[in-house]
Amino acid sequence: MENYYRVGAEQDLGTPASPGTELVTVTIDGQAIDVAVGTSVMRAAALAGTQIPKLCATEDLAAFGSCRLCLVEIEGRPGYPASCTTEVVADMVVHTQSERLQQLRHNVMELYISDHPLDCAPCPANGNCELQDMADLVGLEQVRYGFDGSNHSELPTDTSAPYFQFDPSKCIVCSRCVRACEEQQGTFALTIDGRGFDSLIVASQADDFIDSECVSCGACVKACPTATLLEKTVIEQGQPDSATITTCAYCGVGCSFRVESRGDQVLRMVPDRNGHANHGHACVKGRFAFGYATHPDRITTPMIRDSIADAWREVSWDDAIAFAATRLKSIQQQYGRKSIGGITSSRCSNEEVYLVQKFVRAAMGNNNVDTCARVCHSPTGYGLKTTLGESAGTQAFDSVMHSDVIMVIGSNPTEAHPVFGSQMKRRLRQGAGLIVVDPRAIDLVQSPHVHADHHLQLKPGTNVAVVNALAHTIISEGLEQQDFIAERCEPEAYQVWRTFISEERNSPEALESETGVPAEELRAAARLYASAPNAAIYYGLGVTEHSQGSTMVMGIANLAMLTGNLGREGVGVNPMRGQNNVQGSCDMGSFPHELPGYRHLSLEEPRQMFEQEWQITIDPDPGYRIPNMFDAAVDGDFKGCYIQGEDIAQSDPDTQHVQAALSAMECIIVQDLFLNETAKYAHVFLPGCSFLEKDGTFTNAERRVSRVRKVMEPLCGMGEWEVTAALSEAMGYKMHYAHPSEIADEIARLTPTFKGLSYDKLDQLGSIQWPCNDEHPEGTTTMHVDEFVRGKGFFAPTPYVATDERSNSRYPLLLTTGRILSQYNVGAQTRRTHNQEFHREDLVEIHPSDAETRGIKHGSWVGIKSRAGETVLRADVTERVQAGVLYTTFHHPESGANVVTTDNSDWATNCPEYKVTAVQAYPVSEPSDWQAMFKRFDRQQQDLLKAGRGQAELPE
Amino acid sequence: MNSRVFVPADSTARSLGADDVAQAVAELGQDVELVRNGSRGLYWLEPLLEIETAQGRIGFGPVNDTQIADLFKDGVPDASHPDCLGLVEELPYLKDQQRLTAARVGIIDPLSIEDYCAQGGFRGLATARELKPADIVQIVTESGLRGRGGAAFPTGIKWQTVLDAEADTDSALPDYRGQKYIICNADEGDSGTFVDRMIMESDPFVLIEGMVIAGLAVGAGLGYIYCRAEYPQAFNTLQTAINIAGDAGYLGDFQLEVRKAAGAYICGEETSMLESLEGKRGLVRYKPPLPAISGFFGQPTVINNVISLASVPIILDQGASHYRDFGVGRSTGTLTVQLAGNCARPGLVEIPFGISLREVLEDYGGGTRSGRPIKAVQAGGPLGPYIPPEKFDTALDYEAFKEIDAMVGHGGIVVFDDSADLGHMARFAMEFCTVESCGKCTPCRIGSVRGLEVIDKIRGGEDADNNRILLKDLCQTMMEGSLCAMGGMTPLPVLSIMQHWPEEL
Repeated sequence: MENYYRVGAEQDLGTPASPGTELVTVTIDGQAIDVAVGTSVMRAAALAGTQIPKLCATEDLAAFGSCRLCLVEIEGRPGYPASCTTEVVADMVVHTQSERLQQLRHNVMELYISDHPLDCAPCPANGNCELQDMADLVGLEQVRYGFDGSNHSELPTDTSAPYFQFDPSKCIVCSRCVRACEEQQGTFALTIDGRGFDSLIVASQADDFIDSECVSCGACVKACPTATLLEKTVIEQGQPDSATITTCAYCGVGCSFRVESRGDQVLRMVPDRNGHANHGHACVKGRFAFGYATHPDRITTPMIRDSIADAWREVSWDDAIAFAATRLKSIQQQYGRKSIGGITSSRCSNEEVYLVQKFVRAAMGNNNVDTCARVCHSPTGYGLKTTLGESAGTQAFDSVMHSDVIMVIGSNPTEAHPVFGSQMKRRLRQGAGLIVVDPRAIDLVQSPHVHADHHLQLKPGTNVAVVNALAHTIISEGLEQQDFIAERCEPEAYQVWRTFISEERNSPEALESETGVPAEELRAAARLYASAPNAAIYYGLGVTEHSQGSTMVMGIANLAMLTGNLGREGVGVNPMRGQNNVQGSCDMGSFPHELPGYRHLSLEEPRQMFEQEWQITIDPDPGYRIPNMFDAAVDGDFKGCYIQGEDIAQSDPDTQHVQAALSAMECIIVQDLFLNETAKYAHVFLPGCSFLEKDGTFTNAERRVSRVRKVMEPLCGMGEWEVTAALSEAMGYKMHYAHPSEIADEIARLTPTFKGLSYDKLDQLGSIQWPCNDEHPEGTTTMHVDEFVRGKGFFAPTPYVATDERSNSRYPLLLTTGRILSQYNVGAQTRRTHNQEFHREDLVEIHPSDAETRGIKHGSWVGIKSRAGETVLRADVTERVQAGVLYTTFHHPESGANVVTTDNSDWATNCPEYKVTAVQAYPVSEPSDWQAMFKRFDRQQQDLLKAGRGQAELPE
Repeated sequence: MNSRVFVPADSTARSLGADDVAQAVAELGQDVELVRNGSRGLYWLEPLLEIETAQGRIGFGPVNDTQIADLFKDGVPDASHPDCLGLVEELPYLKDQQRLTAARVGIIDPLSIEDYCAQGGFRGLATARELKPADIVQIVTESGLRGRGGAAFPTGIKWQTVLDAEADTDSALPDYRGQKYIICNADEGDSGTFVDRMIMESDPFVLIEGMVIAGLAVGAGLGYIYCRAEYPQAFNTLQTAINIAGDAGYLGDFQLEVRKAAGAYICGEETSMLESLEGKRGLVRYKPPLPAISGFFGQPTVINNVISLASVPIILDQGASHYRDFGVGRSTGTLTVQLAGNCARPGLVEIPFGISLREVLEDYGGGTRSGRPIKAVQAGGPLGPYIPPEKFDTALDYEAFKEIDAMVGHGGIVVFDDSADLGHMARFAMEFCTVESCGKCTPCRIGSVRGLEVIDKIRGGEDADNNRILLKDLCQTMMEGSLCAMGGMTPLPVLSIMQHWPEEL
């Protein structure tokens, strides 16, 4: 199989595809072509193979009609209409070439160039510049106006943004950047200042880009047809000569990218117009923050050590694998088969995850495998499986464009899922209603041309009370969809639930004091949601990471069933997955109780199928979940762990407990790019590969399986899947794969929902949403169309039980946690890019009244103490949070946000309650004891790394 | 009995001292009733003081405040007073006009709804209320009324398009769902024009009545008047008049608002105006879609000039044929000519189409103010071609003007005497475009700047022949390549000067 999926220049048909379906025949330069009604003349010509010159037009943006290069002649029409803004009509006869048109285009181009630097040779866009191409195309040879007239050549270049520069002297004022910022990104950071010849592109109020509202999504840079907005990597290193389509390894949106490179050197990543999840859009992380892949901190040689007090020793792969296998085996001999396990990563590919769980089940001989999804979306799996029958979101992202009302619960799409956030904003600008359920005033509540109709600003921890009150309102006001319920749901369960939800204790009025949400506001929101033709719910970790996370997911599913909002476009229940492959890692059987495809170990048939394929016996008893592993480690029952691509020491709650568990183990094997926090407790370090170095697949939040394609060879010399296979073999279980595609084929063989998937088909279709099987050979866009996966929908009762984490006199505030746009998760990648410039440290948001009573000033240090621990962060005094609530992020290890979070967790899945911790806050002048300890330990481990590096022979 | 004394409150009259005159009249202490009417549009006579007599209103003007005491020293003066101009209605300038649209201008107190009704106001609306929408449109179509903003598009056909268009009921903005709009373009910015302002200041109810009728005709419930920012008095008068008409029940369900324009010439271009009204930069939109199909917030929208709308009430009141019988050929009804520039008798001249330009310039305008021969006139605003005297016998009629490559436009005529430097005026045309271009399309944004530079080179004798060729080529590019009329017509004055006065450039 071809490793590289090299593609040529992205084709641009000039204007977006028409939504029309009826075909009309038009004749362009004598050639007849059938196109959809509403298609522009320009696009029709491009489809017919005729390139009409253009500068302001691009397929990504609505037609604008400003550059006047695309003028054509149309029989029966006066003058020279612009082909981008003129729609075809039946029997239209178009001429794109004539002497007069040639002269007009020449003269317009002459005007452009009369206000443009003359010399192309030193320009970084030379060879990849639309202005240059068009000047050639129209045959411009001289500028009769000379170059002594008014021009913009003296305007200074703005280099303030970390990833691109803005050189207005090269600007042709086509407005593509402004329109991209508005139409694609929805930030409205760019505008045109002045008018006529004085028109200038400016960011915000003519600020430097870095100080403006610009979020560095890069849409303007992609849109720019000149060198005005250009990636600094291209300016510094030159133009790329090849491109590979791959899938972003950041959030769960799973954007498709063209990795543009020269040789092994990645020069830029450009969002792929044909990407089904992103349609040519990107965010500051996926678009620009890939420099970590070649950061000097990357560890590319295997390392071992006997104890964490020892220096690391660089060794060969063989030695490292032998060392690890020997240790794991001896632990099993001494402490038993179940004393070791593995943790899979939502950052890794489906194939890698599948292999790790197979390794645990086959080579370790137990089910001690869990995934980092445990700490984020495990309640989604439980809740949706229970109610609807499938542990996955019900829609495609594009479904949102058909929603009339959008309810966002505990999710912050514009920060955490920016590309989908932009799509959602696009729909909101088209007029969809918006309900935001969040303790904080997130961006969606009020941003340019978007505002929430209802912001239910609940107290942290009261989600279930709110969702019950919403359902109570719908029932009590008779807004439920009785036909849908009767036809699609289990009647007995519904009656039980209905009786429960109708109880007065679930009314908005009864719960008002508990939730902090005014009853009338809540009722209005319920009416808006229930009365919309199509209403969709999007939710995130603000739903799952609670002691009642699973209850809340079921409450959401109940709400959607109650209102008939399932089984078609524009509706649904949509979990926003945090990491690139949360969905996939869950699908791949990396839970201690489930085989791939969410089939419980106790089920004979699937178990036997795997046993036969793998030629082993599978233990029918579930193994440890991650928190069980920690507890068992502290108790001395769990001694060794293979951890692939997850930094549990930073990301899991109650850091001090995690540290105690890690310290108690005898063999920790970390496979990662960097010496992360967990690796500081490890005995074996196996270098990992960035997504640029691997072949595989990721599955995004909409069940979309997309290919990850290798654009450079693994820096460490071995693919991650090869390392897992080698470790397995060293443990005594041989795996036989020549390429990740063979792992994918095995997954397809063993998993009904993936039956029809293959790399070949992915290459043909671009991406596929599972289930992909005989019934849906090209995948499934919308789930539960005619019936639920489980048959009839199940209304699960959702009694509200307040969390133990309640504010009290000792800890009077509630701390909740979240994400920020520029940083990603534990920050291991983004902190090693220029994204640092946007967010150098985690801040704690505190309401002005809470700050004032405590003498906390904006920008000063704040101590935050919970029953679990204590840390110190800098204060951001803001009304984004309500009084009584603190908010922070955990992108920096030294912040110690998880030192404060507790061991509370979801009753069903043990998903930690990151979102509610009772704390006290107070002004301090120095870091906490934990932070001082962290700093000492970090320095010690960095020294041990330095001491050991370069001592062993490097592998071939 | 008190004598009614009229002193205009029109802003031109005020700029000439009418307020001081009014003050002086008020201080007379005699038995006079001061009425602040609008201006008759005989601007060379402003401030024109009128006194009501049994025979009609007699005039004195121009007067200034220092003359008032003297004028009234023997009581209220009558027609025998040596300074009396006689009956105003009998002044040839006014007598020979055919005031249909401006019938009440200068006669009534602009904000007296009683005056308005007494002079035939709201009769057209009463008629319209009895008719079906399609019948109203039919009458307007039959009248032959064409858009007076400059493009001369048949008003009835535009209304028919909006009547037939379906309003989007799924619009992005809930407030705009299913709505159609009537928008009055009152961003009067052409050089030498002022009739929109006169209507708004001097007879606002006729515009309001016209808009309500338009709303009935096409099924629009909301109207906006986009009033030039430099017309504060018109803005205030309209606002007050809308309130009065609303309180009196004349608006019915129709909602009407005045919006202050953005202070840019380009915002008088209808699509740019829509952008501005929507709260955005005044950037031109491409057409089609026509605003009649997809206009204000994407909904079907009638956009008419003040005069077009103000002509509707009389058409509904008197019937289509009454209006159509004025004028010639396809130019029916009356044209509100505005004489300005170097003109002896500048002012408003409402006449049936078909009268020659020369009659207007000589009989009404009285030649130049300087007394020197007329060298050229520019009709149709700053984008209109300059017309040489040998073409002055052309009839004022859209088609006849088109034949001589001239424009009637909004009816503004600016007179230049033989001392005018038309080479400079050619330069000014390009300069105006550099200042007022919205900057969206390239031919206008860069072309106007290069045009200015090339003209300077020609005038400076720098490679003049080649630069003349370049200028013509540029003009052709701007005309054929520009997105809207701003860039598309800026070359017209330049080319007319190159054609008729080649030696001046």
